[in-house]
Amino acid sequence: MSNAAIARSARQRRKRAGEQVRQAFAYLFLTAGSLVMAIPFLWMLSTSLKEQGREFEMPPKWIPEVFEWQNYVFVLTEADILKGFLNTLLVISLPCLIGLFTSALAANAFARMDFPAKNVLFTLLLATMMIPGVVTMIPTFILFKHIGWIDSWLPLMVPGMFGAAAAVFLLRQFFMTIPKELEEAAKVDGMNPLHIFLRIMLPLSKPAVITQGLLGFLAGYNDFLGPLIYINTPEKFTLQLVLASFQGFYTSQWTYIMAGSVLALIPSLLLFFFAQRYFVEGITLTGMKG
Amino acid sequence: MKRKEYAWAYLFISAPILGFLLFAFIPLSYSVYVSFTEYSGYQAPVFTGTANYVKLAMDDELFWKTLFNTFYSALSIPIGMAVALGIAMALNQKVRGIRFFRTMFFLPTISSVIALTLLWKWIFNDSYGLLNYLLELIGVQGPAWLSSETWAMPAMIIQGVWAGLGINMVLYLAALQGVPKSFHEAAEIDGASRWQRFVRITIPCISPTTLYILITATITALQDFPRFQIMTEGGPNYSTTTIVYYLFQNAFRYMSMGYASAMAWALGLLILAITLLNFWLSRRWVHYD
Repeated sequence: MSNAAIARSARQRRKRAGEQVRQAFAYLFLTAGSLVMAIPFLWMLSTSLKEQGREFEMPPKWIPEVFEWQNYVFVLTEADILKGFLNTLLVISLPCLIGLFTSALAANAFARMDFPAKNVLFTLLLATMMIPGVVTMIPTFILFKHIGWIDSWLPLMVPGMFGAAAAVFLLRQFFMTIPKELEEAAKVDGMNPLHIFLRIMLPLSKPAVITQGLLGFLAGYNDFLGPLIYINTPEKFTLQLVLASFQGFYTSQWTYIMAGSVLALIPSLLLFFFAQRYFVEGITLTGMKG
Repeated sequence: MKRKEYAWAYLFISAPILGFLLFAFIPLSYSVYVSFTEYSGYQAPVFTGTANYVKLAMDDELFWKTLFNTFYSALSIPIGMAVALGIAMALNQKVRGIRFFRTMFFLPTISSVIALTLLWKWIFNDSYGLLNYLLELIGVQGPAWLSSETWAMPAMIIQGVWAGLGINMVLYLAALQGVPKSFHEAAEIDGASRWQRFVRITIPCISPTTLYILITATITALQDFPRFQIMTEGGPNYSTTTIVYYLFQNAFRYMSMGYASAMAWALGLLILAITLLNFWLSRRWVHYD
């Protein structure tokens, strides 16, 4: 081996060793970080399974001697978590679907069709994303008060049905990537734009549409401010409101509060685990295009 | 033929445009008017000129205090961004189990804010909470986090950083994966150290993502409040009352809709100014391609 070759291989070895050290540090850092993320959730679970009062024992037992499943039964039935969950489903399902459809329709027009004032209207729509929610909160409340919708689910349902600017924007980005040929062929066959949208664009954009649907559903499920402003009657409380009301009802009864919190997390966790790809892609896309 | 297509297109966009008019444009315009009135939500608004704005600027110490609190709480943004970038860089080291790690950091992002806040309220409990227990294990006497005027806001910042890591981490990871390998290789041949490459290549290449996170996180942080309502109810002694929390109380507890609208506009314009400032400053440090 020539001197140059020896020097080169030594350099490569050093480089590989350096890489291994860096990787070791990366694992250490990531493991420590993951623990910081996981421990609070485990603490939540642990507390939720303790007997009433046992949560104050010091030092805390991570695994309770007896699993107190009764906490969950109580929280689901007596404390109305189940009812809140059903209310939430009733409130968000329909607006989510209709809103997705209206957003996709508009996105299709902005991506594929030509019409006067297109850019102005699109900019206008984008501008709504820039308006801080706090500025429209009060006048929207006044509007709904005038038409007698306070303490009903309508203020939480109706606005979403008109579509969301963010969804229009992202779906438009996706629609623009679909090749035009299919559409042209359909046009020659005499399909009208609605048919083209339903038969061609929508099926081809399933992943993007599902992503937007999931993000919308999750946002609705976790929404707290809307229900807080509009709903007063406990029977109409959504899940988040029921959970927030635990503080007042079960002050310092952390076993109940944590059991309720665990239950409130389950639907979003399930959704996430089955559709992780869509979430991560959706969020990355938002960031990249923003 | 053309006209027919226009009709279809307008039909397609009609719902979001109508939504914009009904739930953004009209309320927005009306809100400008309301901000110049005294309005309880029951009787008709009474025009009071600039009284609300004068009160805001001159006579309401609490407004300024809550404004300060809001900016204080926004400390979670730079801290959170730095930590998220660190995690993303570690994930970018061709580690195995990337999916698992990513999920761990991402969990709070999809979780209910209320559930997470209740959880952390329990963690911050001064006598029985997890945090002070862990601190005690390493011989530190933890503060009475949420009932201490000094420590309540730091507690909120800690919780905010923890809960907000996921999104930023995912965005940064995508940005890091987009940094061309050839840049690093070329710099390495030229003898650039790792740190130099980080500062001269990585940071500029991901700067558009940094700007995006900075702007969206600022807009969100300046309007944050459910977390505060659940965790501290704004206390102790208003030390964690954010501006939107104060605004919410004015509008829906004291029914001063006019005054609250003035506050909303002051905050809205402040957000706009900060966003524009961010964009303007970004010309110096953001590099597109």
